[in-house]
Amino acid sequence: MAKLFSVTIIVIAIASAIPIVMHTWPMPQDISTHGHLIDEQYTDTMWEAGISFLASQFLLGFFIWKFSNPAPGTKIKNFPGGAAGLVIAAFLLVGTECLALGVFGVKAWASVYLTPPAADAMPVQVQAGQFAFYFRYPGPDGKFGPLHPDQISQANANFFGLDTTHDQDSKDDIVTAEMAIPVNREIHLLMHAEDVSHSFYVPELRVQQDFVPGLDVTLHFTATKIGKYEIVCTQLCGLGHYNMKAYLEVMSQEDYDKWIKQQAALQ
Amino acid sequence: MHDTAHAVHGAPTSFIRKHVFSLDHKVIGKQYYALALLAALVGMVLSWIMRIHLGWGSFAIPGLHLLSKNGAPGDVMTPEYYLQLMTMHGTIMVFFVLTTAPFAAFGNFFLPIQVGAEDMPFPHFNMMSFWVTFVGFLVLVASFFVGDGPTLGGWTQYAPLSAIGAVGGPGEGLGVVLWATSIAIFCVGQLLGSLNFITTTLDMRTRGMSLMRLPLSAWAWFITSVMGLTAFAVLMPACILLILDHVAGTSFFVPSNSVINDQVLPHTGGSTLLWQHLFWFFGHPEVYIAIVPGMGIVSHVLITNMRKPMLSHRVLIYSMGALAVLSYMVYGHHMFVSGMNPVSSLAFSFPTLIITIPSTIVVLIWLGSLYGARLRINAASLFALGFISMFISGGVSGFFLAQPSIDIMLHATYFVVGHFHLVMGVAAMFGIFAGTYFWFPKMAGRMMNETLGKVHFWLSFVGAYCIFMPFHYLGIAGNVRRYQAFTDDYLIHLIPVHKFITIAALFTGFAQLIFLYNLIHSRFWGAIPPNDNPWEGTSLEWSTATPPPHNNFGDKMPVVYHDPYQYSVEGASTDYVMQTSPEDLKNAPDEK
Repeated sequence: MAKLFSVTIIVIAIASAIPIVMHTWPMPQDISTHGHLIDEQYTDTMWEAGISFLASQFLLGFFIWKFSNPAPGTKIKNFPGGAAGLVIAAFLLVGTECLALGVFGVKAWASVYLTPPAADAMPVQVQAGQFAFYFRYPGPDGKFGPLHPDQISQANANFFGLDTTHDQDSKDDIVTAEMAIPVNREIHLLMHAEDVSHSFYVPELRVQQDFVPGLDVTLHFTATKIGKYEIVCTQLCGLGHYNMKAYLEVMSQEDYDKWIKQQAALQ
Repeated sequence: MHDTAHAVHGAPTSFIRKHVFSLDHKVIGKQYYALALLAALVGMVLSWIMRIHLGWGSFAIPGLHLLSKNGAPGDVMTPEYYLQLMTMHGTIMVFFVLTTAPFAAFGNFFLPIQVGAEDMPFPHFNMMSFWVTFVGFLVLVASFFVGDGPTLGGWTQYAPLSAIGAVGGPGEGLGVVLWATSIAIFCVGQLLGSLNFITTTLDMRTRGMSLMRLPLSAWAWFITSVMGLTAFAVLMPACILLILDHVAGTSFFVPSNSVINDQVLPHTGGSTLLWQHLFWFFGHPEVYIAIVPGMGIVSHVLITNMRKPMLSHRVLIYSMGALAVLSYMVYGHHMFVSGMNPVSSLAFSFPTLIITIPSTIVVLIWLGSLYGARLRINAASLFALGFISMFISGGVSGFFLAQPSIDIMLHATYFVVGHFHLVMGVAAMFGIFAGTYFWFPKMAGRMMNETLGKVHFWLSFVGAYCIFMPFHYLGIAGNVRRYQAFTDDYLIHLIPVHKFITIAALFTGFAQLIFLYNLIHSRFWGAIPPNDNPWEGTSLEWSTATPPPHNNFGDKMPVVYHDPYQYSVEGASTDYVMQTSPEDLKNAPDEK
């Protein structure tokens, strides 16, 4: 039984690695300028974690095979080098691995969170509420009007609580249920929660960020590939959580200009 | 330290004091075990229902409407009911199984015996800790049957959804209040228990039992109790504040200007992130509260079956201690994309990566100790070895989640679900099973059926991998967790994987029924152990009668002469030398 167990461990370890090696269920394609940093970090980590995983499982399987149910009279043996060697190995190998992953990982994280958006980044506001996203563009004046939570009305399609009668900056604001952005243009996303926590996850864009009620957070990214992608909520927000989504359309600059004009006309 | 028996309380005579409101740590340990078993059954059935729904959403589960008429009309689950069952599954498993069984159940039964004490120092607190925990469980389960059912906010209960009341959705009113009350009560039980464990270890050791002569299981319970004392002391007030937001009109966790159904909520000035900080300050140590006892139990079981001590007793103890200390410094990795300051994310990332060092040391010590062993294969040792395999598999995925940049992709996906199920769910369960097969003779005075135990192991080991390894693939492909159906275009191709997982989960669940049968059948009709020490162990639990008498050791308290694991000592008269044996071991450098 010990030998069968050894083989089972090794077979499971190899079988577990196959879908990763074969990219059977790969990460969604990357359509962002910063995504390659995340993907490289992920690949490096996969190598290190994968080797650790396979080596440890193989060793476990091998030792069970070799040292189970020995013949009577067999004497125990001690691992060469004892515990000290293993502790030093853990500190050196895993410590180096941790340090390398940690230090190199800073670059990818910094590209999203520790660098400010470019001065000419296009601002788009996104509001998350149970169970829909709405988007706001500042219009020709480039300014967002203030929000009045008490004026939010689903019936009147005033999703953000804008007062277009009194607030000059709100008059040309464009509110949409889908997000469209021009390709290769940096977007400065201003995130606002209407009710509870939600999240903005576009796997292809390599962004995921929670909406924090009471605290407006921002994000910036640049999409590099024209297409239609899903924005999904990843923060449990209530009964309709699984169905809370919107579409992100990445367009050419010309198409975007046409689209935004159409949306302005619909307001 | 003391060597004369003076029971801290007399032997009970009435049925009630003997079996119900007992002061005896052994009875309390069994009560905790029974509670964990009941909770595990409930949690497992909930997971079956959820998995069937995820595989075949329109499938009518016969009788489901009996649990909730509104939640399952026509026996088909509504989206909100899925979330409610999911929340209950997580809460029951984390609190009432993974914390209760390896720590409170085995720890209660065996810690006083392994240190050589007649009981815990505060038996009334001990009795109260169990009954308080039991009441906590009843309060939680009651939420199935009141109002619009249990809360749907997940076991993490993120605010403000959890704090705004019934407007947040089904179960978000009374359901949350019951949830928070249950957990606050649970915390009281754990605090009382931890106090007892710490004092037992420090003050109740018998003559000769220095700290370094404690078995690794006792060390693990001691370290866990220190964690429990600090972690539950934070969760309890957090739950009380959450209750106050519901019943007293406070706004600890709800900020101003939150709008639901076009109405501005009356709350002002609360903080969304405050709940997350409080919860995870408890929540990450909780992972180690669930797994460190398993490490101790598995080490203890393995040593006995390897017939040799671990490469280093001290290194394992220091590593478990390091895990405990670091567990408080890493909690922010749950919050990388929460809106917390991004520099804080980097600050939390490094200790999270560094915690892999003591984890790796523990694994390497286990592997290095297997080298040259004379390993006995039985149900207990199989589960102990399976624990190591699961701990490795669940541990390596921690490398990914420790890094904020990768977390951008994997946060809130099935990758996380796979990670924590393997490392703190399945591994901890394997630790519980290893402990059960190993200690059952001492606890029940009967042997468990070995063949059924091995069948249970094989189905569980292969089944658990079939369930939880694919979770990682789903997560890498961007499959979001806590969804009751996968309607997003990019997720549809993953549905066959979910179906495979569901089938695997049902099979693996079936294997647990074999365990249940074996446990109950063996309790009454199992073979009588050949002697008080059927596994030829060395620690104090094997030097007393089976089952142990009321005061654990009879008329005379044991005196300890050796380290806990004197196996295969050259020149010794037998293959193992018990801690209580006065035999002089020249070739075994004892700790003093």
